[in-house]
Amino acid sequence: MKKKAAVTIPSPHGRARLQPSRKALAPAARQLRFGSKWEYAPAPETVPVKIDPRHDLFIDGKFVAPRSKRYFDSINPATEEKLSEIAHAGAEDVDAAVQAARRAYDGVWSKMSGRDRGKYLFRIARIIQEKSRELAILETMDGGKPIKESRDFDLPMVAAHFFYHAGWADKLEFAFPGRSPRPLGVAGQIIPWNFPLLMAAWKIAPALACGNSVVLKPAETTSLTAMRLARIFQEAGLPAGVVNIVTGPGDTGAALVNHPGIDKIAFTGSTDVGKIIAKSCAGTNKRLTLELGGKAANIIMEDAPIDQAVEGIVSGIYFNQGHVCCAGSRLFVQEGVFKAVIHKLRDRIRTLRVGNPLDKNTDIGAINSRAQLEKINELVRSGKAEGADVEQSSCALPSKGYWFRPTFMTNITMSHRVAQEEIFGPVLAVMTFRTPEEAIERANNTPYGLSAGVWTDKGSKIFKMVSQLRAGVVWANCYNKFDPTSPFGGYKESGFGREAGLQGLAAYARVD
Amino acid sequence: MTLSVAKVSTPTIDQVMVEERAAAFTKRSIKAAAKLAGLKMAVAMMDLTTLEGKDTPGKVACLCRKALQPIEAKYEVPNCAAVCVYPSMVRCARRFLGERSPVRIASVATGFPSGQFPLRTRLEEVRRAAGDGADEIDMVIDRGAFLAGEHRKVFDEIVAVKQACGAAHLKVILETGELVTYDNVRAASDLAMQAGADFIKTSTGKIQPAATLPVTLVMLEAIRDYFFATGIRIGMKPAGGIRNAKQSLAYLVMVKETLGDDWLTPELFRFGASTLLNDVLMQIVKTTDGQYQSADYFSLS
Repeated sequence: MKKKAAVTIPSPHGRARLQPSRKALAPAARQLRFGSKWEYAPAPETVPVKIDPRHDLFIDGKFVAPRSKRYFDSINPATEEKLSEIAHAGAEDVDAAVQAARRAYDGVWSKMSGRDRGKYLFRIARIIQEKSRELAILETMDGGKPIKESRDFDLPMVAAHFFYHAGWADKLEFAFPGRSPRPLGVAGQIIPWNFPLLMAAWKIAPALACGNSVVLKPAETTSLTAMRLARIFQEAGLPAGVVNIVTGPGDTGAALVNHPGIDKIAFTGSTDVGKIIAKSCAGTNKRLTLELGGKAANIIMEDAPIDQAVEGIVSGIYFNQGHVCCAGSRLFVQEGVFKAVIHKLRDRIRTLRVGNPLDKNTDIGAINSRAQLEKINELVRSGKAEGADVEQSSCALPSKGYWFRPTFMTNITMSHRVAQEEIFGPVLAVMTFRTPEEAIERANNTPYGLSAGVWTDKGSKIFKMVSQLRAGVVWANCYNKFDPTSPFGGYKESGFGREAGLQGLAAYARVD
Repeated sequence: MTLSVAKVSTPTIDQVMVEERAAAFTKRSIKAAAKLAGLKMAVAMMDLTTLEGKDTPGKVACLCRKALQPIEAKYEVPNCAAVCVYPSMVRCARRFLGERSPVRIASVATGFPSGQFPLRTRLEEVRRAAGDGADEIDMVIDRGAFLAGEHRKVFDEIVAVKQACGAAHLKVILETGELVTYDNVRAASDLAMQAGADFIKTSTGKIQPAATLPVTLVMLEAIRDYFFATGIRIGMKPAGGIRNAKQSLAYLVMVKETLGDDWLTPELFRFGASTLLNDVLMQIVKTTDGQYQSADYFSLS
């Protein structure tokens, strides 16, 4: 480097190294390149989590081997490797769990003051916070969801639900003024595999806050975090039998639903199974709440904030691999902005990183099971066969495990299967509309009614549309936002009853 | 040139979602080789800046030397993109850097930082700075006119400044901290690009808040829409408030995932900063050698 350089004042014009500015590229060349110019290095979550080779049932405060003597394998959907063996609870085991729950209900829990119940719930919430990193890793290994989501969404929400309901435990008289709320008894709770620990929290926390005891059945493919939660209950000193956890496939759930010692069934899962459960409970004294499938409409108006709406589309359908009952799986775009939205969506899905769920930069993890992957494949094939244009990102996929690229389909109509059936995967059905009235008519034209989204800059339009959409939750200029204070639940074949908020609390209390 | 609304339409911006999206970029985990490459890229994109009333030729010489070689050669750190100085310091910088320097000279002009001067003197200032050897002119818009709804006036002034620049590149500073809303930022971005800006830049550094991730995201999205509509690639320069290496990586992640690989170049992305450089260098040394060094081992500029 020369310290003394030329002293002459140069002319600013014609300096060779200046690039010509503002050169216009031809329309065909106006493409964004999302290539390998600056590749992110792998950033896997490294905290080792010890997983027991075998998981027994949690009954009466203890881990006990199943009387059925049967176990099944739980695998990591990202590697197809076996993580652990899970007990398959038979009818006898379910009976033991219900009896333990009954004893705990009669002997301890229903008699305990709300303030003391609250203390246990607060303690559980705090332990969950302390162990949230470990629980997040376990959730990701067991279910395939990205660590980013289990760390930043699932676990904070799990703790929030316990904290929220802990607060209610000694204030039920204020929640239902003048109606002396009492617990229902023993609640049988069956939860799905998409948010295993969060669904456990949604079910257990309000039940305990109101003074009920619980028999919980996690989904077959995702039992590990529920069993880790059982250990947290032990650590918190929760009285034996207040929460019992029975693992197993559908027949374990059926034994629980049909058990005469149950006072209340709460189920989150598919509409098909929900209908079977509703039939089983008919004519019994069991109370029932169902949170079932969905095929939510996400509606983009012409005056929407387009770039943010595209983010809402992405978080609506690609969050948790699309394994979300309230996923915005039907996109309705007003015709005037259709081209712009599709263009941006196409670019956006190219930046979604699919792969190792434990990598902190992964946006889309593994599909939860081979069966679910096959279901998604089948529906996308049917979409193609019915004439849809299928667009996918072209990212590389790992050689082992269950994967599906972020996908959207255009050139489809309301009568296509992919526009009607719940796919429960990262697959979006895109349709258009011309007027707000048409958008509402199409959005409501479904057997489901769990959720919907509306994107517009105009407040009056939001209120008008929200009042006409037949869905339990409608998000305006956002999507997939949750809070323990806000009730969640569906219309029509999406189920009945609400979870979270005051309405969710009412589902676990006798207030008549 | 006319203010055309047909070419690029200006959409509204939703505050909640744009801030959420911007925050998502900070969640990317940039490690190992990617971190080192990103940090070196950040150095190459830096407009090393001194904009103080007490600037002297000696201070500018220090800045130029630092920009030419930010740290010992063994760390293989590129030179900074430019030095950014007041118009009165352009000659000093050119004298120090010489005619064919890899480091460019950027000069703020047009009555920086307020822009509240007669257009005639602002244009004269631009011509002088360019004549003295500035490769790039960082102009400020008249925020008062913009907020009063006189968009046409702002547009015409940018056109005039662009002409006064000659061959020098024009960066248009919106001073987003004074525009306040994201809708204003978006509208001003569209206006500046249509009027002839080569770069759009967030801030002077004299007003708080200066550059933020969501404001920069709104501007990157405006650049994207302008590119789709016209085929012209406009550059982006967040300036002010970016003080540490981790922040700079979040900005680069945002550029990569919003505009793609083509914008990951000093030709189209710059950081306007003064204290950022040494923090980036500190991280480069740490990533290379495995340990942190005291600030005493990094020369001031």
